[in-house]
Amino acid sequence: MSATLPARVIELASPITDMENLDIRLRADASSRQVAIRAFAFSVIWLLIGSVFGLVASFKMHMPDWLVSNAALTFGRVRSAHLNAMAYGWASSAMLGVSVWIIPRLVHTELRVPKAAEAGLYFWNIGMVLGIVGILAGYSDGLEWLEMPRYWADPFFVIGGGLVGLSLLSTIAMREVEHLYVSVWYVMAAFIWFPIIFVVGNWPTYTGVESAAVNWFYAHNALGLWLTPVCLGAAYYFIPKILGRPIYSYQLSLLGFWTLGFFYSLNGMHHLIGGPLPTWMITTSIVASGLMIIPVMAVGVNQHMTLNKRFGALRYSPTLRFIVFGSVAYTLVSLQGVFMAFREVNRLTHFTHVTIAHAHLGLYSFVTMIMFGSIYYILPRLLGREWISEKLISWHFWSVAVGQIVYLTPLTISGMFQGVAMGDPTSTWEQVITAMLPGLIGRSVGGTLLTIGHGVFAYHVFLMFRGAKARQGLPPFHEVAPIITRRDKATFGRGAAT
Amino acid sequence: MTRIWLLIIGVLAIIVFATSLLVVIPNTMIGQVRVPKQLSPYSEQEARGRDVYVSEGCVYCHSQQVRDPVYTSDKERGWGPRATVPSDYVYDKPHQLGTMRTGPDLINIGVRQPSEQWHHTHLFNPRSLMPWSIMPAFPYLYTVRDSASITPGEVFYSVAGGKLPAGKVIVPTPDADALVAYLKSLRRTYPVPTGDEPAARSIGGRSEHTMP
Repeated sequence: MSATLPARVIELASPITDMENLDIRLRADASSRQVAIRAFAFSVIWLLIGSVFGLVASFKMHMPDWLVSNAALTFGRVRSAHLNAMAYGWASSAMLGVSVWIIPRLVHTELRVPKAAEAGLYFWNIGMVLGIVGILAGYSDGLEWLEMPRYWADPFFVIGGGLVGLSLLSTIAMREVEHLYVSVWYVMAAFIWFPIIFVVGNWPTYTGVESAAVNWFYAHNALGLWLTPVCLGAAYYFIPKILGRPIYSYQLSLLGFWTLGFFYSLNGMHHLIGGPLPTWMITTSIVASGLMIIPVMAVGVNQHMTLNKRFGALRYSPTLRFIVFGSVAYTLVSLQGVFMAFREVNRLTHFTHVTIAHAHLGLYSFVTMIMFGSIYYILPRLLGREWISEKLISWHFWSVAVGQIVYLTPLTISGMFQGVAMGDPTSTWEQVITAMLPGLIGRSVGGTLLTIGHGVFAYHVFLMFRGAKARQGLPPFHEVAPIITRRDKATFGRGAAT
Repeated sequence: MTRIWLLIIGVLAIIVFATSLLVVIPNTMIGQVRVPKQLSPYSEQEARGRDVYVSEGCVYCHSQQVRDPVYTSDKERGWGPRATVPSDYVYDKPHQLGTMRTGPDLINIGVRQPSEQWHHTHLFNPRSLMPWSIMPAFPYLYTVRDSASITPGEVFYSVAGGKLPAGKVIVPTPDADALVAYLKSLRRTYPVPTGDEPAARSIGGRSEHTMP
């Protein structure tokens, strides 16, 4: 049968189906179906909206007289609309969907109180609409990552995140397995951490440098204690799942999880190096940033060693291709972050577009790619039909893969030249602008490619929802068979393939 | 891991520790910063201007901090005579310290550029003064009028660089006036207030301000 199938869909269509626990998976998927489907639908809408804001903001940076007649379209507002639509609209909605799907599967039971999870998702997205409208109307709270209006929009995120968390915790409490898999730790921790940091970050009493400290305490934790753990949890689920082999080391998983929480939560002040804060605070964050090498290496070694000798599988599974891309980007962006926190490096990169490129290496190459991969795996199982076109998946992947290279490379390099020019007091500001300009233009080109990729992806998701004629003869509920590469075949039967 | 309560306790312990260290303890320390004699609270108009600064997102390209001269070129660039200290920001809510310098630092822009004429024509279209500037234009903060229609006592500005047709001038909206009042109020050039010297802020006597 497999000979008649295109190689790329072998992940979903392999005749060697894993029948073990099929019943449990079907029950788990049925329980989370409604919430997860809606979460993905919302997330894709935000992805498109956020892409448009991002593109407009990017073009405005080198076309400063474009779209200037309306306050809602000024750079400062569009830029924060982009950040919030992407981080809280796209990434977080997708993460809500992935979380409610993954947890029941991992604890072998149905999603409990799914109505709470669904209400939470609606609350979250109502908050998003109010937040984005508020920013564009000029009601930003004025703190990076916390722009959405404190009293109109933010309560929806605390309630929404809390309700989804409640549903997930109830599910975990009713689990039918003894052991909690590493993905469960990460997802559960993220849902406990998020409401706490969001309330602390939005607390209305801080002034002056304290306001700055809390701003960056929150903003870095939004990455470290919210986006990162859920995405690492997803990677920890899908890599071994698709490869059909266990994770490399349980001990490394433990080490990576606890050190991530402990060190990442103290990183925030490295955004204020050299600034008017008590020195010990900044030094604490620099030390914690350096120590991030421990969780990063633990997770990196663990995930990459799981993939080791199975790289051939990347050719067959779109999910794996996106997830492994994201997982490798996580290692890279984190190592880059460690270096950027050191004072001597920071002195060059602080206040430059290197930071923006770094943020996109994290939020795009890591978070967004992992979410794409997850949706490619989950959505067919929820809708009961296979992805319609391999070509569309391929165009999506290559468009965003090339888009990222075109986005990140010039922006990082010009950012460094910007840093060099700013550090030299004899260079004029015109020279500083000249140094950064190629990167700003490169970003617009890269951003355009990313947006094209998002359009392709959204179109494909739309076709799926519309129920376009499904591929015949493919049973999407059946599990992935371990992908056996040629290398494995050579050693198969000699006990070497585990 | 098999014990869910252990996981929850550990996860909570992590966030309580981090919040105590970076939010609660600094709150008790920074909360006691003395107000410099030379720094007055924002006037009503300056505060309105600050709101405009915040809502237009100026912070995404302009920082408001001078870092230590030993460590950076901020002072040599003419952004301020000294590194800024916590007491310089006692009236700032929310803070606008910034993390990006697509444009220059503004914490002392009121000293560098005290001219209202300059600020208004620059905000209306930065390229009227500097053709290479990539700052957005803010025409919606102004009304463009025929110079003939200006009545005595009205404040208006002409714009250089061919950014307005002949015979036209700009009249600032109240928001534009407030924003310029705020920008002119940005001055942190008085000596560092006693008790807020960088060395006094570092524990153990060492400060990054003594580092090269």
